[in-house]
Amino acid sequence: MKFVPSKTNFDFFGRRHIGYAVTIFFVLASIFSLATKGLNFGLDFTGGMLIEAASSQPVELDKVRGALREKGLDDAVVQHFGSSSEVLVRMPPREGVKQAELSGQVLAAIKGVDAGVEMRRVEFVGPAVGQELVEAGALAIAFVLLGILVYVGLRFEFKLAFGAIQAMAHDVLVVLGFLSFFQVEFDLAVLAAVLAVMGYSINDTIVVFDRIRENFLKMRKASPIDVMNLSINDTLSRTTMTSLTTLFTVVVLFYMGGDAVHGFAYAMIIGILSGTYSSIFVAAALALAMGLKRSDLMKPEKAEAEADQSP
Amino acid sequence: MNRYPLWKNLLIVVALLLATVYALPNLYGEDPAVQISPRSVQLSDADLQRVDAALKAGNLTPKRIERQGEQLLVRFDSTESQLKAADLVRKELGRGYVVALNLAPNTPAWLSALGAKPMYLGLDLRGGVHFLMEVDMDAALKQLRERTVEDMRGFLRGEKLRYLTVGLEGEDLLVRFADEAERDAAQKAIGRQYPDLDLLLREEGKDSFIIGRFTEKAVLAERKAALDQNITTLRNRVNELGVAEPVIQQQGDARIVVQLPGVQDTARAKEILGATATLEFRLVEGSPVDWDEAAKSGRTPVGSRLYPQRDGGSVLLKRQVIITGDQIVDAASGIEQQSGSSAVFVNLDGKGARRMSEVTAQSIGKPMAVVFIENKVETVEENGQMVKKKSVIEEVINIATIRDQLSNRFQISGLDNGNEARDLALLLRAGALRAPIEIVEERTIGPSLGADNISAGVKAAVVGFIAVALFMILYYSLFGVVANVALFVNLVLIVAVLSLLQATLTLPGIAGIVLTLGMAVDANVLINERIREELRNGNTPQAAIHAGYERALATILDANLTTLLAALVLFAFGTGPVKGFAVTLSIGILASMFTAVIVSRAVVNQIYGRRARIKSIAIGGY
Repeated sequence: MKFVPSKTNFDFFGRRHIGYAVTIFFVLASIFSLATKGLNFGLDFTGGMLIEAASSQPVELDKVRGALREKGLDDAVVQHFGSSSEVLVRMPPREGVKQAELSGQVLAAIKGVDAGVEMRRVEFVGPAVGQELVEAGALAIAFVLLGILVYVGLRFEFKLAFGAIQAMAHDVLVVLGFLSFFQVEFDLAVLAAVLAVMGYSINDTIVVFDRIRENFLKMRKASPIDVMNLSINDTLSRTTMTSLTTLFTVVVLFYMGGDAVHGFAYAMIIGILSGTYSSIFVAAALALAMGLKRSDLMKPEKAEAEADQSP
Repeated sequence: MNRYPLWKNLLIVVALLLATVYALPNLYGEDPAVQISPRSVQLSDADLQRVDAALKAGNLTPKRIERQGEQLLVRFDSTESQLKAADLVRKELGRGYVVALNLAPNTPAWLSALGAKPMYLGLDLRGGVHFLMEVDMDAALKQLRERTVEDMRGFLRGEKLRYLTVGLEGEDLLVRFADEAERDAAQKAIGRQYPDLDLLLREEGKDSFIIGRFTEKAVLAERKAALDQNITTLRNRVNELGVAEPVIQQQGDARIVVQLPGVQDTARAKEILGATATLEFRLVEGSPVDWDEAAKSGRTPVGSRLYPQRDGGSVLLKRQVIITGDQIVDAASGIEQQSGSSAVFVNLDGKGARRMSEVTAQSIGKPMAVVFIENKVETVEENGQMVKKKSVIEEVINIATIRDQLSNRFQISGLDNGNEARDLALLLRAGALRAPIEIVEERTIGPSLGADNISAGVKAAVVGFIAVALFMILYYSLFGVVANVALFVNLVLIVAVLSLLQATLTLPGIAGIVLTLGMAVDANVLINERIREELRNGNTPQAAIHAGYERALATILDANLTTLLAALVLFAFGTGPVKGFAVTLSIGILASMFTAVIVSRAVVNQIYGRRARIKSIAIGGY
């Protein structure tokens, strides 16, 4: 069975202006959304408290709110979670109250409404810890970018490396843009997904680059555009196939993995789609725009050839 | 050309066998169990009989009672009987034993003998509490300075060196002398006695000063000591709580991670872990009339301080402490016989006992006070800034007349109720925290959510695997089946390595495994696409297989190494669950390279490599 015909001959580079337009649209839209709406940072990063409780019967939120108000906890956000018998209470970092006592108070208030309520999950993150996690997360993304720049630069060539990095940055930006536009909660698991997207994106791009290097060496007469076109066509079947299998598993995670990995799976789905797109339309095009020539990839062979000729 | 030498095939078989053995324990599940370990004595057969009898009396039949070194493990069929049994056993054995709830793996003996264990489940999968605690280093250093001031007064007096005052000025110790001659006499002695202080000299008016500042090394040592002692104390307290397999670890230079699997009563856990309550025993100064006067005027006689009383009012106590909570080696709560109120019965160590008997012998007929001290730290918002506020609660819980010379055993009454007596006894036993701690992060997962998370994760993994497997067979026919064999081996390998490393498996970790399943076939996709391409170029099937594997290898290596790089960074920067994700992703990548390249090749070799010439291969067309 095949999705992509054996021998495709799409002219990706002839029509690269369409690709540019699409790319620029998504990048600008993402930046715009991030600038205006920002990310919906979760508890992990903002600090605060979250309590999830479940009962065997539906719980009336107004009663819970009333009970919390009686205890002076007006700033609590109360909502249903999953079903009407599950309650989620969120609270910003509070002043003057010991955190240890707070979660107990909230739980007691909910129990006052429905005695059969069972605690499912409590999370509390101090404000200082949240700030540190933001810094560590940003640092992690920066380190991945740098590490891959160096690796691809050494293994391939620096123009290709910059192309790969930009494709990866594009994917991260688009994922963050989607998360921001749809206000998906950004927690530690989502951060992990963003980093995994970086890994996936580079994986996809490297396969294409590998073929570009191979074809440059094989087709000495062809223009760089032809070589790139052919390389992307050569790897098209593999790119779609791998994206599909990975997408399968992530979609399964999204629907069956439970609430804790929901955001993770969402970010991965966007990331895989974007990563596939960018390895076809963005990475090589950028390397080309930066003036990638055959000679950039021929150095080792040249050196060998010279060595052979010397007496 | 498509044949592996025998050794290579054997190597693969051995690797597969090992992986199977070490992955197997995960299939056997766990029993709810009660874990019993004596605190100080050795476990005896009598203990076993007592437990057995207690269970029989309660009409509970355990699945099995096992003795593991100094531990007794009683397995049950249901959580219900486990909980009941824990209560019964606790009552029967009393305080000398730690009785904890546990999930005991059901690994068969022959697997355990090989060192095979099931994966270690994280708190989000088994339920429990995770705390991140920050040690208040400022308080620790402040205490160090105050202790040193106290100590230096005693030292100078003991050495008969004349001085005016010893006090604190900011972070410096300040010793004031009437003239330079006295100061110079003291300087040498102080320098010898306190090598941790850098000494500076200062003149002001007619007074001379020695300024002592702690060296950087001493400050560092104190920070380390505070952290270490707090970890020890927390460990003692966790033991008192009775938790199976707790984790207590240092994180960074001022934080401690505490993980308590299976603990549900987090409020109590927090109270006990975070409490800094300790006791001090001091002699009372003056009479009630003097106390009232001092409370009104705010002026206290030399050598004494005003303390609030728990029942209201104030009392003057001598500055000098008789003993502190540190000198208490054992404490138990109980009922005082005369009044019927709650009390704590205390045992002192040798030094404390000597001091206690010395002081009480000279003070028979005089009143002595028990001071309850608790440090509280809370984060408060002030002008939009988060500020840490510290407060110390010091109150006198009991004043009693010394009737006799006390030594190493005595009792403290005046506690509000039985619970308070029980908690105070526990804290005195476990020891005091050297510096106050604040909980900066808490994650509690209820047991039902943990179980839900496991089943959701396993379901996602199974469905994800089947989806990918079906797709691969549709697309690559027989070569798809081969890729699926490799994928399955990959899964077994990941589970085996995780079990062997006893790395913590979290829900994001399971997500990592599922994701790896999707990405792991990539290598086989690359190989199969290459083979198809070689076939299109007119190569014979045998040559195409050979070239396909050879040529795809460099691409696979490059692609996987970069992904591995991302996973490693994730591991370095991640905490908790994210680290779990990074671990499974890294192991998955490494395992997939082995299975996709070597294992799948071995299978293909077995199918096609035996004949010299084949007409076609089943790779779904080309």
